[in-house]
Amino acid sequence: MELGHFLSALTPLNLGLALFGVIAGTIVGSIPGLTATMALAILVPITFSMEPASALILLGAIYTGAIYGGAYAAILLNTPGTPSAIATTFDGYPMAKRGDGDLAVALACFASVVGGMVGALALLFLAPPLSQVALAFGPVEYFWLSIFGLSLIASLSEGNLAKGLAGGAFGMILSTVGVAEISADIRLTFGSQVLIGGFGVVSALIGLYCIPVLIDLVATPDRHLKVEEGVKSVRIGEAFGIAMRSKFNLIRSSVIGTIVGILPGAGGSVAGLVAYSEAKRTAKPHQKFGEGEPDGIMATESANNATVGGGFIPTLVLGIPGTPPDAIVLGALLIQGVRTGPAMFTQSGSIVFTFIYGLIIATILMLPAGLLIGRYAYKSIVTIPKAILVPTVAFMTIIGTFAIRNSISDVIIMICLGVFGWVVGRFGFKASPIVLGLILGPIAEQGFVQSWTIGAATNNLLGMFFGRPISQAILAFTLITLILPLFLARKSRKPTAEAE
Amino acid sequence: MLRRLILKAGAAAALALTMGTAAQAELNGPVNYIIPFGPGGESDISARLQQPFFKDKFGQDMVVNYQPGGGGAVGWASLNGLSGDGQTIMGVNLPHIVIKPAQKDVGFTTDGLNTFYMFHYTPDAIVVPADSPYETLADLVEDAKANPGMVTMSGSGKASANHLAQIKFDKMTGALTTYVPFKGTGASTTALLGKQVKAQWGYTTVGAKQGDAVRMLAVAMEERHPLFPEVPTFKELGYDMVGGAYRGIALPASASAETTQMWSDMIGEINADPSFRQQMLDGGFALLDIGKGEMADFMAARSEEYLNDARAAGLIE
Repeated sequence: MELGHFLSALTPLNLGLALFGVIAGTIVGSIPGLTATMALAILVPITFSMEPASALILLGAIYTGAIYGGAYAAILLNTPGTPSAIATTFDGYPMAKRGDGDLAVALACFASVVGGMVGALALLFLAPPLSQVALAFGPVEYFWLSIFGLSLIASLSEGNLAKGLAGGAFGMILSTVGVAEISADIRLTFGSQVLIGGFGVVSALIGLYCIPVLIDLVATPDRHLKVEEGVKSVRIGEAFGIAMRSKFNLIRSSVIGTIVGILPGAGGSVAGLVAYSEAKRTAKPHQKFGEGEPDGIMATESANNATVGGGFIPTLVLGIPGTPPDAIVLGALLIQGVRTGPAMFTQSGSIVFTFIYGLIIATILMLPAGLLIGRYAYKSIVTIPKAILVPTVAFMTIIGTFAIRNSISDVIIMICLGVFGWVVGRFGFKASPIVLGLILGPIAEQGFVQSWTIGAATNNLLGMFFGRPISQAILAFTLITLILPLFLARKSRKPTAEAE
Repeated sequence: MLRRLILKAGAAAALALTMGTAAQAELNGPVNYIIPFGPGGESDISARLQQPFFKDKFGQDMVVNYQPGGGGAVGWASLNGLSGDGQTIMGVNLPHIVIKPAQKDVGFTTDGLNTFYMFHYTPDAIVVPADSPYETLADLVEDAKANPGMVTMSGSGKASANHLAQIKFDKMTGALTTYVPFKGTGASTTALLGKQVKAQWGYTTVGAKQGDAVRMLAVAMEERHPLFPEVPTFKELGYDMVGGAYRGIALPASASAETTQMWSDMIGEINADPSFRQQMLDGGFALLDIGKGEMADFMAARSEEYLNDARAAGLIE
């Protein structure tokens, strides 16, 4: 990791590619349905005619930009642009509603840069030892991690636990529809071809989050977002101040994101949710998570960008891609003749380190690029008249859903889920528990089946599920997350009871 | 997809220009190569290796894109609805395209797919971590016989090439191992490296990728893989096992015989290129040349074997 690699990442061409990649990635990520995976897959052939390091810098920049871009739609339209931005909607949209959308976009940018830097620095300095985390996580650990994620439903639906749990259970049932990922059974399709591919996470996200917003836009005469008169610029200074005050939250969330990113079975959505849950658990009394709390946005956005660097750790060290975009970069490396594995840092060091420095430069460039694009995105969403906004977004939802895998079935599923989500929303059922169930259901199911198979075969079911140290730690966190809100609720109820 | 629409519009424009002059099948613009799985798997890697050679030899871009879902079924069910003008092709996999339609109606049939070339296979292999106590295949079989069920083996999915190999091998040896299905070869390899299982039903590609971190006990090939001259075949060790996961390419059924033949010839030409062959071998793949002419016989033979094995194992009725 000498200076030479850093300097070769700094050539005008590489800098230009990093800037272009970040901008292109941010735009792709902000459109629900268009994903980083898709953008990378299209661009891989370019790597054949380019210097390997330059090509990789371009791919890395697009990836990191796309993860950040997902925040725009989450904040301004309540629709995560990528699954990684699910938890950004929790506080981002309420902030935008009350007129702080510009502040939220700037906060997301600062947080994403911090998270991206922490992940990239971990990749630069700690990749070989950290890659062991990926191996320490077996089926049982994934099972308990998903249960931990599901426990977030309890804290998301305070005061309405039954409805939250019902939504989560419904999401888990949805996740079983179609051809089962590992058992290959075809379940709950009722003989229909439409359901054979199951409920895709991205199409469900678009349906459950975006369609209700569209229906409400049409049904109510109000403006989409409240706008403060006189405030023109993105509130960069104010956002920077808030970010500085929350530096502990930022660092903790970035570390969580890096570690979850290393786990090949988890990904950006789980990282964002875990970081959000931890930020909420350690919140100060005056902070109201879920009602537009800046710390909520910062936790998610720093964690999901940290998964970029984190995910490259097992990809480069073990040849095991952490996420689908990592898999594409790994493929591009193989074709370049770069062999991954522990020896890669020494044998193909120049390519690898130039790439890592390129990723760091792209992350830094995300600051100016992200703030500029964010300002533009915010302005267009608040100034476009409803009569244009609604059809534009509606068109995007359909094209975006179709683009996932050129499937009309996905579009039908998306619209049906959306209408369903709007109807049950009027009865107090929120979209987030359903989506949590849909994302975490398969992780829980696979982990459980594998753990059970191994435990039963080796006559050690109890030890398998409860005897492993990492599992025990995750289980302990789960119990704290579940029990603490109940305890606090009881404590806060007591004085009122006495007052009566 | 927007890009597809643009491609199609471009192709249509090109077609209009060449109308009347084109008697023989030919390419009109970039080719859309659909992989019905996510990125990073063997199907993706081998398509990515073909990509530059295609551009080089035939002057057109080959655009790889992913349409995962239903273990490939979503893609294959949609294939015959796509245009058969030769600008769209899709990867196909054995045993998937045989087993899936035999389980339930999944919207396609094995014979309904216009598979025109099988270009490689990844031979089955038993893989253990480098520090495993199993030095040879005999060690593993002996342990599995002495402790029935205690030898856990990861693999990619159920009713898959890995799973069928495990069932077949257990039957041949009389040993009892426990098969633990994972989501893809990457996840199954992670479980092996993390010592969550004792061994893996994987492919030679795992050995190529993981290098010194793993040891292969045997490979299911007729002869030893050139990349691993020290690893014996199952045949040498007395077990008649040759096979793995086979990969090929199909066109929509509406493609003309000329178009299908043109594609069969083009993929054959890439497969014959010495530097492509070398790259594939270095990746642990084994090349195969089943073109349009031999496809029917090949498919019939493979189908019979897969269906018999799956039926015997109770995976299908």
